[in-house]
Order: sequence, then structure tokens, then C-alpha cells
Amino acid sequence: MNKNVVILIAEDEPGHVQLVKRNLWRSCVENNILQFNDGQEILDFLFRMDNKRKRDERGCYFVLLDIRMPRVDGQEVLRQMKEDGELKKIPVIILTTTDKASEIDRYYRMGCSFYMVKPADYNKFMEAVESLGAFLSLECLRVPRIDGVERG
Amino acid sequence: MKKEGVILIAEDDEGHFELIKRSLQRAGVCNQILRFADGQETLDFLFVRGDGPKRESDKEYLLLLDIRMPKIDGVEVLEEVKKDPELKKIPVIMLTTTDDPRTVERCHKLGCSVYIVKPVEYQDFADAVRKVGLLLSVVEIPQISKAQ
Repeated sequence: MNKNVVILIAEDEPGHVQLVKRNLWRSCVENNILQFNDGQEILDFLFRMDNKRKRDERGCYFVLLDIRMPRVDGQEVLRQMKEDGELKKIPVIILTTTDKASEIDRYYRMGCSFYMVKPADYNKFMEAVESLGAFLSLECLRVPRIDGVERG
Repeated sequence: MKKEGVILIAEDDEGHFELIKRSLQRAGVCNQILRFADGQETLDFLFVRGDGPKRESDKEYLLLLDIRMPKIDGVEVLEEVKKDPELKKIPVIMLTTTDDPRTVERCHKLGCSVYIVKPVEYQDFADAVRKVGLLLSVVEIPQISKAQ
């Protein structure tokens, strides 16, 4: 995807963040990556509630979202994003540990783009992120610009 | 995506379809692949109507969707699929020659998963689809039950 697209990673586990970042870079993903420690942090960024770090008014984003996080979880983040007329355009890939069919069902119903289970095995996890990175690094992948937030 | 899952390709250009199919297989994707030559055929399959092949219940489906097709175009197919409370769960990958920011925006508003512009060069096209295949091998896809 275009180099101006910023990848947002919401993940409270520092080891997972490092692994994801490193393997995305390994697959030639050259995009800027921002990390958020919990759901509240990424919501504050997206809804421009945090003065230190906020979403660009005309930026392009791609979100990698963990489910189990402190304060606000990934389900609530996805719900708020997909209820917003503008933020709903941002592709969201769920990155989580559970492969329960009811969970997979729930997140696709809510509008995630894809649901990916983090393999427990370290090497398999690395390979999975590399595959994801190979896809994200495609020049022909288009991500829409987010122009504002409809909800105040 | 589990191996029982079915990949639906809505593509009117036979050459493009063959290239997509071959490139997916090259990425190790061994799922069943069904082709639809226009939007009408795709909708008839998904909504279980007409005389052609029909969707089965409790199966995983993923849709690769071209935009410019005869009868009903891909954007309209996307709209119909995402309006249905059950079919909306199907991940839809737009794969099209249409490289217009307004169409990219509209498809994301309607709920496509990702949007890919078909590269003009044969090798680049094959490589892009191969990487779609790599992605499909690491994601989970939901089962779709009966039509509403």
C-alpha cells in the first residue's frame, strides 16, 4: 500500500508488538507504525481526543487490533470505529489468540476485514506476520483517506 | 482459511480468472474455487435463487470481486451482500482495474475487506494474487448459515 498509510497497532503485550513490527519490516513494509497500549489510547487517537498524538485530519490508516486489552477492549474499539461514518472506512485486522467460531462470527459481523489467530508457536507467529506483511506491502493495495469524524 | 472453505471469484474476463486461479494455487491455496461471469450470477448463488449453482448452509465463503461486469456490477453486488445480516460476514476482496479514489472510498464505506487494483503487467498481477493467497492462508473465515 501507499507509503503514506500509517499502520496502527493496538496491542498491550510488548513482545507481540516487537514481533509484529520486526516481521512487517522484514516483508518490506515501509509504512510508519504507531503503537497503542490499550483500546482507550487508540480510540483517543482516532477520535482526536488526545492532544499529544492525534489522527491526521486527512490521513490514511490500517489497523491491527488485539482483543484482550486493559481499560477498553478490541471489541469496543471495533464497535465505535464501525459506527462512525468516516472511521468505518479504515480496514481492521483482528489479531488475537482465540479461534472460537462464535468469536470469528462476531467480529466479521461487526465489520472487521480479517480475523487472524496468533499462533502459539513463536516461529509460526513470525511466518504468519510475514505473510500479512507481504500482503500489506503490495503497491496495488488501496486504502481510503479519512476526511473527518462524523460523530462529534 | 480452512480447506473446506470456498473461494468465489466474480470475474467476467476469462483470462483474468485463469491467472487469479493459478496464482492462488501457486501460493498453496487448495480450496474449491467457483467462478461467476457477472454480478447477477454471483447474487443468485449467494441468495440461493435461480437455476444455477447455489450456496450451501454452514460453509465458509470468501469473495474476490471484480467491479466492471455485465448486468450487475461489483459495487452493487457488494452493497447487496453487506445489506444482508448473514451474508455481510463474508469477507469481500475487491480486485479490479478501477483505480478511482471515489470508488475505493465507496467500497470501504459499504464494507469491503480490502481493495486491490489489478496491476497491468502480467507478472505483477500474478504476484499480487499470490500474496492475497498468502494472506488467506493465515486468516480465519466465518461460516454462513441459511439465507435470511
